[in-house]
Amino acid sequence: MSDFLKIQGLEARIDADGTPKEILKGIDLEIPKGEIHAIMGPNGSGKSTLSYVLSGREDYEVTGGSATFKGEDLLALEPEERAALGMFLAFQSPVELPGVNNANFLRTAVNAVRRARGEDELDAVAFLKAVRAETKRLSMSDEMLKRAVNVGFSGGEKKRNEVLQMRLLQPSFAILDETDSGLDIDALRIVADGVNSLRGPDFSALVITHHQRLLDYIVPDRVHVMAKGKIIYSGGPEVAKTLEKQGYTQFLEAAA
Amino acid sequence: MSIATTVQASLGLEAFVARSAGHGTALSAMGIPTRRVEEWRYTPLRAFADTVWAESPALSDAHAQTLLAGLPLPEAGSHVVFANGRKVEALSSLSDSISQSAVETAEPFEDRFSAVLNAALMQDGLSVRVPAGTDAGLLTLVSLTAGENISTHLRHQIVLEEGASLTLFDVNAGEGRYVTNPRFDIVVGKSARLTHVKLQQESLTAGHLAIVAASVDANGNYDSFTLNNGSELARHEVVATLTAAHAQVHVNGIQIVDGSRLNDLTSMIHHAAPDCGSRQTVKTVLSENGQGVFQGKILVDRIAQKTDGYQMNQALLLSEKAQINSKPELEIYADDVKCSHGATVGALDDEQLFYLRSRGIPEAEARDILVRAFLLDALDLVTDETLRALLQGSIRA
Repeated sequence: MSDFLKIQGLEARIDADGTPKEILKGIDLEIPKGEIHAIMGPNGSGKSTLSYVLSGREDYEVTGGSATFKGEDLLALEPEERAALGMFLAFQSPVELPGVNNANFLRTAVNAVRRARGEDELDAVAFLKAVRAETKRLSMSDEMLKRAVNVGFSGGEKKRNEVLQMRLLQPSFAILDETDSGLDIDALRIVADGVNSLRGPDFSALVITHHQRLLDYIVPDRVHVMAKGKIIYSGGPEVAKTLEKQGYTQFLEAAA
Repeated sequence: MSIATTVQASLGLEAFVARSAGHGTALSAMGIPTRRVEEWRYTPLRAFADTVWAESPALSDAHAQTLLAGLPLPEAGSHVVFANGRKVEALSSLSDSISQSAVETAEPFEDRFSAVLNAALMQDGLSVRVPAGTDAGLLTLVSLTAGENISTHLRHQIVLEEGASLTLFDVNAGEGRYVTNPRFDIVVGKSARLTHVKLQQESLTAGHLAIVAASVDANGNYDSFTLNNGSELARHEVVATLTAAHAQVHVNGIQIVDGSRLNDLTSMIHHAAPDCGSRQTVKTVLSENGQGVFQGKILVDRIAQKTDGYQMNQALLLSEKAQINSKPELEIYADDVKCSHGATVGALDDEQLFYLRSRGIPEAEARDILVRAFLLDALDLVTDETLRALLQGSIRA
């Protein structure tokens, strides 16, 4: 197997008003280079927690197991080091940053990552050219670049802004946390196209979703079913269709 | 209080009184306020009491020029430079549209220490008058101080006649351990407009006790903004009176305190006529053991109906040991007014910080971005674009 992304027995908990609450209870998952995997599961199964733990959010305490990315101990890295190494999280609820201009934010992020990867920084002109090409592809207006990050954006605009960041930062591994929620069918196509166009031997992704619909557009190599903090079933893209027709019950029963 | 402290506490005062050439009676009577004096409860003047502050020796033009070189100054407009309390003629030039005028009798403010201290030791200062209907453009006033255990007490007077306008960029900087105690007497005539943008960037071991007395006539506007960004202890105090209908006063500002420094913005806005407005937006960023003080009083006379007063004070605490003391006061005798005040205190948002870091932005840079975002809407109140950019560039976040 590849050692691109390897998660073994990962356990994590969160402090819920003073009481620790176990959320991840032993996740085993490998995503090889160039593959797109999907995780589906009912609410509260720990999908978003997994995405936060992998990208380095501090609210979660890892209590067991390991995660390596490109051979490095992922859990020992700061969030910005993970980003520099090629990881990207598209947030389920993108964060609003009042007073932070979107274009400045994008350029700061792109140049921070380029610096960390030993590449030259983009000057204002080169950056503008790169960003214009991407906004056009995502059918975003230039006006969105002038506004504060995600402030006053519609749900769809926020998700497009996430995909815009992903395309500009050129990650080798992206986690898309319910990027399809709140999107109409046209926006869904545009977002999916943004992901598919990155697809190749050097791009992997973990797509977290409730609905099979997104997986019609981003066809995964593998689908994992997650429940109660564990992966209870893994299979090919057909698993998504089975889930859509029959629900989680049979998987939950089989796992019980 | 021990006997030793009492003896020490008189040292600073005695030195000041000895230098006052007979003008120190009020200062003697008042003494250096302790924390038991309400107005100074959050801003202890212990350091003033413990030190013998000497008269400042003259500073060479060359030394003044070296200090000037490090400052964010606009090229355009008039320039007046003071060094160690004396005007540097070689570095000053005033536009023809500004005339020099003698200091008129000013309000004594016998209960305000900064004013009493200035009255006792009053030095040279800028005295200018902008004639009726004249736009005098930009005037940069630089006050430089260098030395150890010295103090300066400049007295400035600015009079804007009817319909006149002036933008004053008031820059305070220096090196060493010293006290500066400038006083401004400002008269804004009918329909006149004074924009007073101040950069307080004194030495980090200095004390700065500034007091501005402003009176604003009908339809006039005193629009002030202060960036408190230096000194070990600094108070910028504004006492403004709105004397006739539709006068406006803005006392906005940003304070940035780190180390164990203290910055204080104190205001007293007196609505003495109907239909006037006052606006105060003050933002303070505190890190390490920094302390911030905001005291804002709005006094509305019985006659001052339809007063529109607004006061907002927000603090961003970047460390657990930093401290903000915020004291808004409304004293209203009219029955048909709109006065509001608000105060918020918060830390950086973890979610916002994580979002930035997840995009590869290192933690220190991410914090800096969020601090600047917090300050942005206050900084936007500086309407002069050149000055706004100069202030923005001098913020140490």
